Amino acid sequence: MRVFVIICLSLITYSVNAQVKLLKLDDLNQRIANGKDTTYVINFWATWCSPCVAELPHFEKLRAENIKKPVKVLLVSLDFKSKLQKQVVPFVSANKIKAEVFLLDEPDQQQYIERIDKKWSGAIPATLFVNKQVRRFYEKEFTETELKNTLFNLK
Amino acid sequence: MKNLFLTGLLLISTLAFGQTTGYQVGDVVKDFALKNIDSKTVSLADYKDAKGYIVVFTCNTCPVAKGYQDRVAALNAAFAIKGYPVVAINPNDAGAAPDESYEKMQVLAKEKSFNYPYLFDPNQVVTKQFGALKTPHVFVLSKTANGTTVEYIGAIDNDPEGGNATKVNYVENAIDALNSGKKPAVTATKAVGCSIKWQRG
Repeated sequence: MRVFVIICLSLITYSVNAQVKLLKLDDLNQRIANGKDTTYVINFWATWCSPCVAELPHFEKLRAENIKKPVKVLLVSLDFKSKLQKQVVPFVSANKIKAEVFLLDEPDQQQYIERIDKKWSGAIPATLFVNKQVRRFYEKEFTETELKNTLFNLK
Repeated sequence: MKNLFLTGLLLISTLAFGQTTGYQVGDVVKDFALKNIDSKTVSLADYKDAKGYIVVFTCNTCPVAKGYQDRVAALNAAFAIKGYPVVAINPNDAGAAPDESYEKMQVLAKEKSFNYPYLFDPNQVVTKQFGALKTPHVFVLSKTANGTTVEYIGAIDNDPEGGNATKVNYVENAIDALNSGKKPAVTATKAVGCSIKWQRG
């Protein structure tokens, strides 16, 4: 009985304690560089951005469909750092998001926007498809089909 | 013949590019006539004594834009008397986002007692002319010999959340420069904002 309670408790804490790590752009670039044949689909979003929230299920679906392929979906939140525990973590657990979620930890928007893509105005949603050969950036909302096709036709 | 074709192609692509990107720094702005929340039409030419304008694309719902509402009011309070009034325009299509309707703009302006015009842009014509991409998105204009000219495009400051130790007030600095007969040192900045809700069609 005691063991059962402990297991239950740990399960509850696990599901509540959704992982949202802080992310530096240098670390992201390092990960892409070490990614071998992996294609990263990196979606920039925020809990306050309604079109972003609307397209998150497409990214979840894309992740699930490509689970056996060298494809990683990363969801990078641009929410304020002060909202990490109060808004982002609860949002991720309430929506049962399984993709890796990060919160961008860069102080200067002016700098990081340019580093992610020179053409980016800073509007979200925005998505970067990147592997060692290709880097494609889109400042737009994706439909489920568009998202699938963009990944499929990435050359 | 081939050259003519190429020139034509180049021209078309330049035009198409120009249309999607809107005004750049140095461009002369075409005046507009948009309905304010009090139903009266506002044009840039109405401000006879203005030396320039702070055109702010902002909206009812975007949390980033809302976070800047007080700062926009402070800009108008500080700079309208110096000849640079704030003119705010809602770039969003109410069809695509019902909370961005003219009626809800009126409610917000009243609630927050906006001290500047808050204009409705039906069919997003002026929004496209400027090439506004998000809220908030600011265009600082000045009256020059050539006409009303774009001097700065971008963010109000680099501190959306409050608490950036290295805060720079881009718009304030740009106007201070213009007011002393100089060009702004920083003419373009980027910031995270809410994408514009375009008319579906």
